[in-house]
Amino acid sequence: MAKRIDVSGLSAYYGSHKAIDDISMTVEPRSVTAFIGPSGCGKSTFLRTLNRMHEVTPGGRVEGKVMLDDENLYGSSVDPVAVRRTVGMVFQRPNPFPTMSIFDNVAAGLRLNGSYRKNQLAEIVERSLRGANLWNEVKDRLNKPGSGLSGGQQQRLCIARAIAVEPDVLLMDEPCSALDPISTLAIEDLISELKERFTIVIVTHNMQQAARVSDRTAFFNLAAVGQPGKLIEIDETERIFANPSVQATEDYISGRFG
Amino acid sequence: MTSHTLRATRPAPPAPGGRPGLNQRRLPRWAPAATAAVSVALGIGIGLAAGLESRVQWGLIAALLFLAISYGVTSAVENRRQAKDRLATSVVWVCFLLAVVPLLSLIWVTLSRGVKVLDGYFLTHSMAGVPGFETGGGVYHALIGTLEQVGLATLVSAPIGLLTAVYLVEYGRGALARAVTFFVDVMTGIPSIVAGLFILSIMLIAGLQPSGLMGALALAILMVPVVVRSTEEMLKLVPNELREAALALGVPKWRVILKVVIPTAIGGITTGVMLAVARIAGETAPILLLVFGSQLINSNPFDGAQSSLPFYIWEQYRVGSEASYDRAWAAALVLIAFVMILNLVARGIARWKAPKTGR
Repeated sequence: MAKRIDVSGLSAYYGSHKAIDDISMTVEPRSVTAFIGPSGCGKSTFLRTLNRMHEVTPGGRVEGKVMLDDENLYGSSVDPVAVRRTVGMVFQRPNPFPTMSIFDNVAAGLRLNGSYRKNQLAEIVERSLRGANLWNEVKDRLNKPGSGLSGGQQQRLCIARAIAVEPDVLLMDEPCSALDPISTLAIEDLISELKERFTIVIVTHNMQQAARVSDRTAFFNLAAVGQPGKLIEIDETERIFANPSVQATEDYISGRFG
Repeated sequence: MTSHTLRATRPAPPAPGGRPGLNQRRLPRWAPAATAAVSVALGIGIGLAAGLESRVQWGLIAALLFLAISYGVTSAVENRRQAKDRLATSVVWVCFLLAVVPLLSLIWVTLSRGVKVLDGYFLTHSMAGVPGFETGGGVYHALIGTLEQVGLATLVSAPIGLLTAVYLVEYGRGALARAVTFFVDVMTGIPSIVAGLFILSIMLIAGLQPSGLMGALALAILMVPVVVRSTEEMLKLVPNELREAALALGVPKWRVILKVVIPTAIGGITTGVMLAVARIAGETAPILLLVFGSQLINSNPFDGAQSSLPFYIWEQYRVGSEASYDRAWAAALVLIAFVMILNLVARGIARWKAPKTGR
């Protein structure tokens, strides 16, 4: 069940430092939204506010509203743990659990939540691994440790782990930045398949990647180092790359600054 | 352009032909071994000639000669930089030997004196009815005492230490965490006799009798800070990314700690606990005060006096007869073997539980 995300007036802080300022945007369901912008502009911070991972950082705090369909993620009666089951996340560096086998890694979300039936587990693991295009490569060694896979395989394992708990939204924080072009291609193909079922938000430094995989693109920027990051504009990816409405976006995309 | 400015600012090259070539005079690979042999021979020679009685003095002379000769020869044949390098390497070697020689000599002496009476009979009999100056008797009652007291101390202190470390690493913020860290540091420095006196005062106030449990409580006080410190370091080594990955799957924090953080660090935590056990297994002072010592087998640690290996060693050595000296050395050997077996078990567990990287 893909869901729409509606952000309004969202600011995030690290202690007293304001990292992002007053961001409002809509993320459409069953589509890929890419965040681009220079380093330190708050893309990742903003992404982490969408599943309440920002507050895991010591001193992290958020103001504003994030509506997932009709529920405010920052409502006073909302459990952050429940939010993270609904909004999954894939990180920049592949981080499979080193003590667990490939099978256990994929099953980790279900097992650790205690929300599964034993006879379904094998089926869910296979479906998730197939969903992450990894099944054929690992089906004969499901009991081997996940850390023995290559970087690209590990990242797909992490995607399988994230989709095994059937989230509504999948957040990806530069999922390909540690991978070679072939693994990157595999992940990008996967993203195009996954958007049939999930709402996907991806942070990337690679503008070609944003152009290839995303339906909509948001450009973030910051006035100066130490200033909070801001959303400059969000639009259809084709328009952002062909004919952006803000000069700064065009400058960034055409490589005229940074 | 750039090369011109570079050349201008750099000091003049050492020789008209530019830098020295890549090929330089090198000492052969066997040079350090030869230097060592020569210095040992010289050390013995000087020692004999000067009539020095202590072999330790011979060894120190040889070590100093080794440092001097390797520096001198290298700087003569190679150059100053290589000589400094060789000197540093030699210092490392000498320090290594200085650290290892006492250890080996200790093990050798304990082994050679301990094996005299160490047999099945020694391990399975107590000192009941054996006068201290006669042969016979055994260490069984002390072995039982040590196992039970150390086991109880571990049961008490391992959970407390583990949970404290989890609090410090995963939850602790601000003044309380700083206070806990401070007091753990202070506790690390508590002498064992003070821990013993502390439990003794409680024992007297509460009107309790000496027993294995009382000793175990004093040992637990000594063990807790060691467990906290080592566990804390191990938990800090667990990458934050793993915590975030588990949190992002919608796993509650306590389950993340229980199912991801602790399993990842369990090898190191086990080693830490085992090292703490090894440390307290040799404590004598609290046993002397609180367990009282006994010649008889008492396998109930909650009632009545017990013995323990360090106490037994002290007791036997105090008797001062040939037979009791033999028993003391044999018990020392048993104690060392006990600690060594614990260490090996800990290493085994650490290797077995370590995150696997194989394909």
